[in-house]
Amino acid sequence: MHEVSLVESMVALVEDERRRQDFSRVRTIRVYVGALGHVEPDALRFCFEAVTRGTIADGAQLMIVMIPGEGSCSDCHRVVPLEDRFAACPLCGNPRVRMVAGDELRLAELEVE
Amino acid sequence: MCTVCGCTTKAMSGNQELSHSAPSHDDHQHPHDHDHDHVHPHRRGHVHGGGTIDFGKGLAGVEIAGLSQARTIRIERDILSKNDAFADAIRARFHSERIFALNFVSSPGSGKTSLLVRTIEDLKDRWPIAVIEGDQQTSRDAERIRATGAQAVQVNTGKGCHLDAHMVGHALDHLSLASGGLLFIENVGNLVCPAAFDLGEAHKVVVLSVTEGEDKPLKYPDMFAAADLMLLNKSDLLPHLEFDVESCLAAALQVNPQIRILTVSARTGEGLDALYAWIEANASVASDFAALPAFGG
Repeated sequence: MHEVSLVESMVALVEDERRRQDFSRVRTIRVYVGALGHVEPDALRFCFEAVTRGTIADGAQLMIVMIPGEGSCSDCHRVVPLEDRFAACPLCGNPRVRMVAGDELRLAELEVE
Repeated sequence: MCTVCGCTTKAMSGNQELSHSAPSHDDHQHPHDHDHDHVHPHRRGHVHGGGTIDFGKGLAGVEIAGLSQARTIRIERDILSKNDAFADAIRARFHSERIFALNFVSSPGSGKTSLLVRTIEDLKDRWPIAVIEGDQQTSRDAERIRATGAQAVQVNTGKGCHLDAHMVGHALDHLSLASGGLLFIENVGNLVCPAAFDLGEAHKVVVLSVTEGEDKPLKYPDMFAAADLMLLNKSDLLPHLEFDVESCLAAALQVNPQIRILTVSARTGEGLDALYAWIEANASVASDFAALPAFGG
C-alpha cells in the first residue's frame, strides 16, 4: 500500500504550491497515472480521502487520468500501443520494445479557490 | 528539527533506531457513520450536514455562472519528485565520499539478512562496510549485522511498506562509513512497493529464493525491471525442490533483458565469489566516475 505515501507526496506538492500562490481550498487534483506503472488507481482513490483529511487538500476531488502504454519498436521503428510492459511489438512481433509512455505518475494540475 | 529537510523526526541515536510511522491525523479523527452536526475545525464553512455543498459561500457570497472563484494551477511535477530530490542529494554524497551503495529488495524470507551477514564476514577485511536495515518493527536484523562487527542502523517504518530516500538520509547521519566503503541497504521485505522509491543507491539488487515460485519475475515485474542484479538464493536446497532454474532465469530476462543473474547460497557460499567480483567491478567503476572532476561533486 505505498499509495498512502504517494498521496502524502501529492499533499506535500500542493503545500509547496500554496506557499507560492494564495488559495484556501483545493477543489480538484488531477493526476496522470500510467497504465503500465506501479500505481493501482483504485488503491489511490481508496486512501486519498483518509490521507488528505485535515490537510490543505481536505475535501478535494481526485481526478485520475490514465495514460495508455506505448512503446518504441527497435525493429520497425514505430511507436506502438503496449498492453503490458514486456509485450512484443503488435505490428512486427519483435520482443524488444522500449516503453515510452505508460509509466507516468504526475501531479498535473489543481483547481483551487 | 532536521536541518536538511526541516522535518521533526526524532531519531533515537542511542540504540540506533529510527521510527517513521505514517501520520495518524489524531487531531482530526471523526468516523462519519453517525448522525451528527458538529463543526469541522478546518476552513470549509460551506459544507453542511447532510452533504449539501454550497458554492455560493465565497468571498462575496455570490457565484455567477462562468465566473467561478476557482482557478486552475498547472503543476506538472512527478509525485515522487520530493523523494527523488532526497535521493539525488544522497547520490551526490555517495559520489563525493566514494561510497558504493546497494539497495537489496525481495519478498520476506528470501534470505537477504543471511546473505548480507555472510557477505560482510567474507569482505570486511577488504572494505569498510555499513548496513541500513529496514523493517516494519524490531531491530533484530541490525543486531544480526552488528554481530559481524559491521555498523548497522535500523529504520523501523511502522506502517510503511518500503524505505524512502528521506529515511535513508536520516539513517546515514548515524553511520560513519569511511571513504571508499560499501553501504548495503536492506529494504523492507516486499516485492512491490520498494521498486518505486529511489534511495540514491548505485544499483538495486533483487533477491529471489528457490523456495519461491520460478514465475515470480513475471508476477512482480516492476521489481525485476528496476533491479540491475538478481541473486537466486538458497541454491543448496535445489536438490530437494522441483524448481526450474532455467525457466526462472528466462522469466527474469523477459522482464528485464539487461539484468545480471547469479545463483548463490548464503549457507554453502556457492556463487558468492561471483557476487564479490560483481561488487568489486561495479564499485571501481563508480569510484572511477567519482574521481573524474566532472563527477567529483
